[in-house]
Amino acid sequence: MADKKDIDEVTGTDTTGHEWDGIKELNNPLPRWWLWTFYGTVVWGLAYTIAYPAWPLINSATQGVLGYSTRAEVAERIAEVDARNAEVSERLAAADLSTLAPDDPAHRFGVAGGASVFLANCSQCHGQGAAGVQAAGYPNLLDDAWLWGGTLEDIEYTVRHGIRNDTDPDARWSEMPVFGDILSDEEIAQTVEYVLAMSGQEHDAAMAEQGMVWFEEQCTACHGENGEGIRELGAPTLNDAIWLYGGDRETLTETITYSRFGVMPAWGPRLDEHEIKAVTLYLHQLGGGE
Amino acid sequence: MTQSPASPPPLYAPREPIFPRRVKGTYRTLKWWIMGVTLAIYYLTPWIRWDRGPNLPDQAVLVDLAGRRFYFFWIEIWPHEFYFVAGLLIMAGLGLFLFTSALGRVWCGYTCPQTVWTDLFILVERWIEGDRNARVRLWNADWSFHKVRLRMTKFIVWFFIALATGGAWVFYFADAPTLARDLVTFDAPLVAYSTMLILTATTFVFGGFMREQVCNYMCPWPRIQAAMMDESTLTVAYRHWRGEPRGKHMKAEDADQRGDCIDCMACVNVCPAGIDIRDGQQMECITCALCIDACDEVMERIGKPRGLIDYLALSDEEAETKGAPPRPILEHVLRPRTILYTAMWSLIGVALVYALFIRSDIDLTVEPVRNPQFVTLSDGAVRNAYTLRIRNLTAEPREFRVMLTSDDILRIDVESDGAVANHVTVPANETMQARVYVTARPQDPAADAETTDLRLWVEDVETDDRAGVATIFNGKG
Repeated sequence: MADKKDIDEVTGTDTTGHEWDGIKELNNPLPRWWLWTFYGTVVWGLAYTIAYPAWPLINSATQGVLGYSTRAEVAERIAEVDARNAEVSERLAAADLSTLAPDDPAHRFGVAGGASVFLANCSQCHGQGAAGVQAAGYPNLLDDAWLWGGTLEDIEYTVRHGIRNDTDPDARWSEMPVFGDILSDEEIAQTVEYVLAMSGQEHDAAMAEQGMVWFEEQCTACHGENGEGIRELGAPTLNDAIWLYGGDRETLTETITYSRFGVMPAWGPRLDEHEIKAVTLYLHQLGGGE
Repeated sequence: MTQSPASPPPLYAPREPIFPRRVKGTYRTLKWWIMGVTLAIYYLTPWIRWDRGPNLPDQAVLVDLAGRRFYFFWIEIWPHEFYFVAGLLIMAGLGLFLFTSALGRVWCGYTCPQTVWTDLFILVERWIEGDRNARVRLWNADWSFHKVRLRMTKFIVWFFIALATGGAWVFYFADAPTLARDLVTFDAPLVAYSTMLILTATTFVFGGFMREQVCNYMCPWPRIQAAMMDESTLTVAYRHWRGEPRGKHMKAEDADQRGDCIDCMACVNVCPAGIDIRDGQQMECITCALCIDACDEVMERIGKPRGLIDYLALSDEEAETKGAPPRPILEHVLRPRTILYTAMWSLIGVALVYALFIRSDIDLTVEPVRNPQFVTLSDGAVRNAYTLRIRNLTAEPREFRVMLTSDDILRIDVESDGAVANHVTVPANETMQARVYVTARPQDPAADAETTDLRLWVEDVETDDRAGVATIFNGKG
């Protein structure tokens, strides 16, 4: 088609040889303005790839002559915001949280900033809504049960030093024995029935009665005589409706047989002082703070 | 760029310059009045003051983008009430339907900003360069000091009109006197200057140079409006049966066989769109009716009845050709179609006014916290959290009591965070967030049900004004 010159009768222009349903495409020159715009974009594109990082190489990319870097830009912006907040950050870092009034700007700054500290650092285990993950033993931070205490001071300490980690000598620490090595399977089953009974769940009364003996012998030292727990040891309350790993027969059997060892990193070395205070304030006002 | 020997016709026709002649008459006077009033409204509105009390702007009409408020005299629109603006836009649309179906392109001919400013620019042009003949002469004249002087004067006056136009626009978005001072001292925000720059440039180019081209090539309205017109719609038309055959003058012996049109070209010379209405309806016609004025003037001079060019409907043309008398204007305007448009328009208007009067000055939104949906407490109780947003639309701070109703009303407790239980104080003209907890005790049905309906209320402690929102309570079920 293309080799045959086809002149359109009406306009006297040759056609491109393309035809759709009898409609032919005239071979008119491109509009000048369009062409110059096109050349302009080409020049712009070339200049852009020279000025800015553009072409991917094997391990990196061309850097561009302007030295532009998104990372540097982000760092700059963060530094800018930090500088703007420096005053209130310092006040928060130096503040005694228990006396900080709720309408203090530093308090509001802390709660708002604590939310983002939480999302960036804590939500991976405790969930975005801070409800924890029971199957994995990550505590729910919204309820009124605290293993190690729910006051501002307790929360701050826990955040700073963590729990049962090897990196911080001041980490909160306790260890539950592996009762599979101490009690027989039947004795464990009986103990489980007793724990079910004390938390008001369905249970086998005869087994529970026997379980009470083992409980008093083995468990009261940490969990208290009535299973009320001991905060200094981070030993959970067993006679309430909240379970860290689960309160059903199966989970309790597993817990007693193999024990649990929940670990939380120490955030003291990783977070700034004002970030620790901020996340403490944030957690405290989520509904469970004491 | 090579072109085939037989050079194809150019893609764009060059603009034919149009030099509308001055005209006097009913419609021209009407247009002057409309121009004066609309321009005055546009330029002066931001300067009207309105006392709203302390801490609130005292500008009668203000679009406060930063504060997210729209002030219109005694009405204050918050962002969540944007349906008012939507309603007004729908009314504007229906209004256009109404006027177009009754009177054709009256919007284009009389009130469209493009028409108004073009008219103003032509007025300036005429003052400086003279009427049509002088302007044509000047256009064709070689460049001389005289020509340059007139052109420069015209451009300068145009520029100041354009600047005032762009300037007036920004005053709607900030306190006008303050902004005016800042603009002069170069303290105004960049966006004010850039907006002014763009509007000044577009006014200058559209009003001074592009004129009817904006209507013909850029504006979508004419194309939409055509769909709203029918054969009963009034448009500007030429009474063909009366005018034809046209002839130069009536001295001739065959004057009786001639129509009334003496081919004086007055209608063409005054037309800002540069068309000849005697050729019938044309897309370019904005029905500004200046040709009617021009023709009536001529008809009066030669002792013929007015109305050779007139507001006519397509159906009239046919009827009148057959000898029917002209129909009164009212019959054109009052038709089922226009009555229906008027009814719809009024309906929305009434609804908006009604909404304006019944709107509460408390506004409450309730957002249940869904992550997690509920929290179990150590005694087995189930707790849900809600985020309340309370807007206080008055100029006084108010204290609200937070309450709830539910079928299980006695079995659910409200806790609100902070020291003051169940009370939230919202500052004047602000939105406040409060977190509210609703707890079902372990023995309550709501604790084990999947969901339970409930309604959260805030009630003004002093006036008992209240607002409520229905929401649900998630249980363990």
